[in-house]
Amino acid sequence: MATEIDERAERKTATSRSEAERPRIEFGTAWEYSPAPEAADIVSIEKRETLFINGRFVPARSGRVFETINPATEEVLSEVAEGGAADIDAAVRAAEEAHRKRWSKLKPAERGKYLYRIARLMQEKSRELAVLETINGGKPIKESRDVDVPLAIAHFFYHAGWADKLEYAFPRHRVSSIGVCGQIIPWNFPLLMAAWKIAPALAAGNTVVLKPAETTPLTSLALARICQEADLPPGVVNIVPGAGETGAQLVNHPRVRKVAFTGSTEVGKLIQRAIAGTGKRLSLELGGKAANIVFEDAAIDQAVEGIVNGIYFNQGHVCCAGSRLLVQESVAERVIQKLKLRIETLRVGDPMDKNTDVGAINSRMQLDKIRELVACGVEEGALLHQSSCALPAKGFFFPPTFFSEVAQSHRIAREEIFGPVLAVMTFRTPDEAVEKANNIPYGLSAGVWTDKGSKIFQITSKMRAGVVWANTFNKFDPASPFGGYKESGFGREGGMHGLRAYVELS
Amino acid sequence: MTAKGGRSGNGSRTTRGSETAAGLRGQPDRESSDQRERDGRGTPRSTASEIGGLGIRKTYKLYVGGEFIRTESGRADAVESPRGALLANISRGSRKDLREAVRKARAAQPGWAARSAYNKGQILYRMAEMLEGRVDGFEKLLRDGRGLTPAAARREVRASIDRLVHYAGWSDKFTALLGTVNPVASSYFDFSVPEAMGVVGIVAPDAPDLLGLVTHLAPVLVAGNTAVVLVSEKHPLASLELAEVFATSDLPAAVVNLISGRREELVPHLARHMDVQAISDAGGDRALSKLLAEDAAVNVKRVRRYELRDYQSDEAQGLDFIEAFVEIKTTWHPIGV
Repeated sequence: MATEIDERAERKTATSRSEAERPRIEFGTAWEYSPAPEAADIVSIEKRETLFINGRFVPARSGRVFETINPATEEVLSEVAEGGAADIDAAVRAAEEAHRKRWSKLKPAERGKYLYRIARLMQEKSRELAVLETINGGKPIKESRDVDVPLAIAHFFYHAGWADKLEYAFPRHRVSSIGVCGQIIPWNFPLLMAAWKIAPALAAGNTVVLKPAETTPLTSLALARICQEADLPPGVVNIVPGAGETGAQLVNHPRVRKVAFTGSTEVGKLIQRAIAGTGKRLSLELGGKAANIVFEDAAIDQAVEGIVNGIYFNQGHVCCAGSRLLVQESVAERVIQKLKLRIETLRVGDPMDKNTDVGAINSRMQLDKIRELVACGVEEGALLHQSSCALPAKGFFFPPTFFSEVAQSHRIAREEIFGPVLAVMTFRTPDEAVEKANNIPYGLSAGVWTDKGSKIFQITSKMRAGVVWANTFNKFDPASPFGGYKESGFGREGGMHGLRAYVELS
Repeated sequence: MTAKGGRSGNGSRTTRGSETAAGLRGQPDRESSDQRERDGRGTPRSTASEIGGLGIRKTYKLYVGGEFIRTESGRADAVESPRGALLANISRGSRKDLREAVRKARAAQPGWAARSAYNKGQILYRMAEMLEGRVDGFEKLLRDGRGLTPAAARREVRASIDRLVHYAGWSDKFTALLGTVNPVASSYFDFSVPEAMGVVGIVAPDAPDLLGLVTHLAPVLVAGNTAVVLVSEKHPLASLELAEVFATSDLPAAVVNLISGRREELVPHLARHMDVQAISDAGGDRALSKLLAEDAAVNVKRVRRYELRDYQSDEAQGLDFIEAFVEIKTTWHPIGV
């Protein structure tokens, strides 16, 4: 016991030694990076993009279009057909017919082979998909290249193998498909979310009508082309871009048997209410405000990397982002100091540059929301820390930001900001950390940093969250179920548990 | 409708019954003999039985936080047999009673979930034991309340006991069947386990009232949830009597809370309560179920609607009923040195 106290005392001395005395790496102008842009000319974007219904690319019946832009430059990339009620109806009917006549009757192993084929085609076009994702969504090319696209492909590979093994996942049940799935996905991981939704649905014998987010329709349409190239039977996958109204039409279409939605908790609640009593199946993957808990016995440098990855990955446009940092009081000063230094090293700017860490905010609307909440944080008395990086003159950018001296009641500690903004709070005891972490309506994810094994299991088991990362953060895999507790939604995506959302059991 | 009533305030019938839980438990035999005779004639008897001595009528109270309490609203309803004989008076629970029940269920939940699977299984088995010891009383309540034949009443009580035993055995097994170790393509140990959802609201069916309640309650409990149950509105007596089984089964206080009363009044409050995570809806009323499902969206409640055809069947039990009330938590940890 005495030794333990001594050790603690020693650690405390080490901590309280002024950070200024330590050797510091100079950033700023000392390091010049040459631009390393990925070539954009490998993708050709049609001036007019259309809907994908029943295996064919068709304009909207209403003739309506909307512009889709590159958020890093604000330049218009394409005019995209906007699906209306008639288009949704056509897509749902095509999906229903494809389900009834072909897809549900196909030998399960054959369904799997189509999915394998799609995965292979995606691999062949992975560079193109990555560039398109970055141009349309603003995320750094290194993330779309190394995370989004490979994971999307992996989802197809993973689920392809399930197609003829569903009875093994649900013993004592007869497994059948549900029918037409209406799927609505967000703009933060456009291609990856499309894969999360389409791959399990198809593997289980369903057909889909997918509505990509208004700001990021292009990779979903690229995936439609891949489906066409893979000779997927017409109507099995239908893509209908549009905004909220298009989504509502899809959710409320009487022939849709299952709705899968990823997006805000606000809209998720509207959907849950809208389909109440209809007998439609529902899975929801909604907002989050994850606590990332750092204990004094954590490997601090690793934890700081985890914190940075937790909140600045994909500009913080991540529903499971570690947007609340709970750090034990004894190491708080040290962690905050390290964070200050670390955010200075993040390269913010052109998403197409291979060195960029933080790319463009997805839309002007989102940028406004981030600015509003950050202003609110300052107003409510939290202490603002921001990278001094220069931001490009055009496009939507926001510097890596964090607040210290945040109270639980502050809006920045309660509301999902969905941007590169972290709220830092402190705690003294493990119980207090658990209490604070869980004191929020959300429950999607959480992080725990400590070198003590028994503490990991104690704390992770007390987190009311669907995904808990211990000594890591923001890791995803098709074999690993993902989804929330509480107001972060229900149903899981990925793994054996994810299949449950797409099968009918009897 | 056999639950009639509408006496508000301190109706004389609501205050005449025995006052304490201990008193209730002490009286089943006398009450049974009194009621058996009464039902034989099909007319209510309110005077002394022929053997002598006035029968003690029981007032059934709510079961909240491990205590038998009267509704704070002071309201009571009379419960009659299918032939119109007065069987007993019950509390007509209010929104406040419901809120109190949720508050206590919430406080009890982490402790219940933290009990070992072995211990939870033993407690469920203990519930079966306590029910076994009172089969005659329960059979009588089913005969009187729903007009079941002696054979049907016996079958339902037996099935209720068997169902408790069935779920007692699930306690330390479902985790292994619902959990997975996930082979991720990176250097992490990744596993998924079922955990309790929290406080689960249960809208119990009218028939079978006893077996229905046990069928929907036991899987919720074994998963580590605590429950706030709206017992059958038509036939509440056996369910309320079951509270006495819970109270003597080593079940920690507030793990099960039973509220009697009007569904139309109580369901919306249950559906909108922000501290209820899920609802098991076996009430059987489509219009009310739709309202419930709509209101449940207020905090993204998980709603599972049941329309079971045959509660006696083995199809009315099993892992699926547990799976409906667990959350899956996935944990990642790096593998390295």
